[in-house]
Amino acid sequence: MNMAVAAPQSTSPARRWRDPLPGFGLTLGLSLTWLGLIVLLPLSALVMRAADLGWDGWLQILSSTRVQRALWLSFSTALLAASFATLIGALIAWVLVRYQFPGRRILDAMVDLPFALPTAVAGIALTALYSGNGWIGQYLEPRGIIVAQTPIGIVLALIFIGLPFAVRTVQPLLETTTRELEEAAATLGASRLTILRRVVLPPLLPALITGFSLAFARGVGEYGSVIFIAGNIPFVSEIAPLLIVIKLEEYDVAGATGVATLMLLISFVLLLLISALQKWVTR
Amino acid sequence: MSAQQSTRDAALTEPVWLRWTLIGVVVLAMFGLIVLPLVLVMVEAFAQGWVAYFTAIGDADTVAAIKLTLVVAAITVPLNAVFGIAAAWAITKYEFWGKRLLLALIDLPFAISPVVAGLVFVLLFGAQGWFGEWLAQRDLQIIFATPGIVLATVFITFPFVARELIPLMQSQGRDEEEAAVSLGASGWTLFWRVTLPNIRWALLYGILLCNARAMGEFGAVSVVSGHIRGLTNTLPLHVEILHNEFSFAAAFAVASLLTLLALVTLLIKIWLEARHGDALAVRAGRH
Repeated sequence: MNMAVAAPQSTSPARRWRDPLPGFGLTLGLSLTWLGLIVLLPLSALVMRAADLGWDGWLQILSSTRVQRALWLSFSTALLAASFATLIGALIAWVLVRYQFPGRRILDAMVDLPFALPTAVAGIALTALYSGNGWIGQYLEPRGIIVAQTPIGIVLALIFIGLPFAVRTVQPLLETTTRELEEAAATLGASRLTILRRVVLPPLLPALITGFSLAFARGVGEYGSVIFIAGNIPFVSEIAPLLIVIKLEEYDVAGATGVATLMLLISFVLLLLISALQKWVTR
Repeated sequence: MSAQQSTRDAALTEPVWLRWTLIGVVVLAMFGLIVLPLVLVMVEAFAQGWVAYFTAIGDADTVAAIKLTLVVAAITVPLNAVFGIAAAWAITKYEFWGKRLLLALIDLPFAISPVVAGLVFVLLFGAQGWFGEWLAQRDLQIIFATPGIVLATVFITFPFVARELIPLMQSQGRDEEEAAVSLGASGWTLFWRVTLPNIRWALLYGILLCNARAMGEFGAVSVVSGHIRGLTNTLPLHVEILHNEFSFAAAFAVASLLTLLALVTLLIKIWLEARHGDALAVRAGRH
């Protein structure tokens, strides 16, 4: 960024240069105050509350099968859905950027719908669509694919939520890169498959991982679009965010805090791993 | 065309059959995942006719939910817009220690489950929370009341405006502002005459996304609202209540309002991107 320092009025290292632009104190002060009040203070309440649980409290939460199952369900469905969303999203981005067909622009615009559509609406619409008597569910159920009230429904809702992240991280890269490189490779006699594998894919890889981690981070915590289709059967299709809500409704604030803290810890560890993977790929 | 030429062309794109298969797969996936849910909301909303539709929309509880949703958005969006401008100004116009940490903290709400966003305010202001007793003594209520809903919504939509402005203002630098100051402009003149015109479309873009999320937020609001019909029920929560009562047509009628909001948001977004794309900076994967 442009660091045009004003004429150094003072050579004393103890004194900062005087910035000609006003408002540093005001804007930084405002930002920090707002950040502190809205984000940091509430989150510190969570951390303190979690610390207050003590060994016994934590042991109780960690040993609860219901908690274990909910966390496992949330993280496994989020990882699975993020993988699917990344694959389908990359394909959508590829088709939108590289191929010409009628309706392409409308399709492109529709990709953002899951961002804009309130999650509760997405939830009831997907439920109605994929339940046993729904427009799509009626064809799936006789074939033994039961979506509503099963983990499949959760994965489906999370793919819906994660899809735009996957498409929109890859799409701009496809628009800008590698066209000339592809031509050069073709002139040198490389086959299409080789070009895709050796020329097109490598620069996309970091973006694919970014899209995956965005879809995953959003999916783990997702609540509105999932609870309608999941059926919320304890031990089977009860996600961790729902368990937090249930514990709060039972006035088990300590239990809710425990599950929330575990969720945050596991997602931060996983996101760190993903970003380490990304560094390794781009190295 | 020589044989060499045609192998070269074959290496540059997929064969026609494969191209159309991929297009077909994508169209089908988008249809089943995105288009059909949209169509379904509209069809189900009118499943029992126009009269039922407008009865559901005109119902006193629905009207109360619409009002609450508008009030919450009307408080939340300006607050986060002011914060977004201030944060973007501080971050992009100056160098200071801890800037990267500040950037990361601004994005933090995106990495936190909406349910946890609601929970943290219960821990602060709920009956068993830090300030619970103090509030109860003074007969003040935050949780299960409008202030709690506003706080949770502010938390959820916290990064939207700042994230749109920061990359843009970063690329604009500070030359224009410095020129204005050297010509004697005061801070406010500088902001209104130089900075704001430069960032207005990106600001509008951020406000648009912030507003859509504020009106549509479900998880965080659900935790702090208490679901009191006619009092602390926002539109998305009202959809849930109606759905749980098996009043599906009414639930979809209310949902159609939120769908309309999403479609209008999308249209304005497309218009902004097409008409003022240059003034929005690069937003690859930043939503």
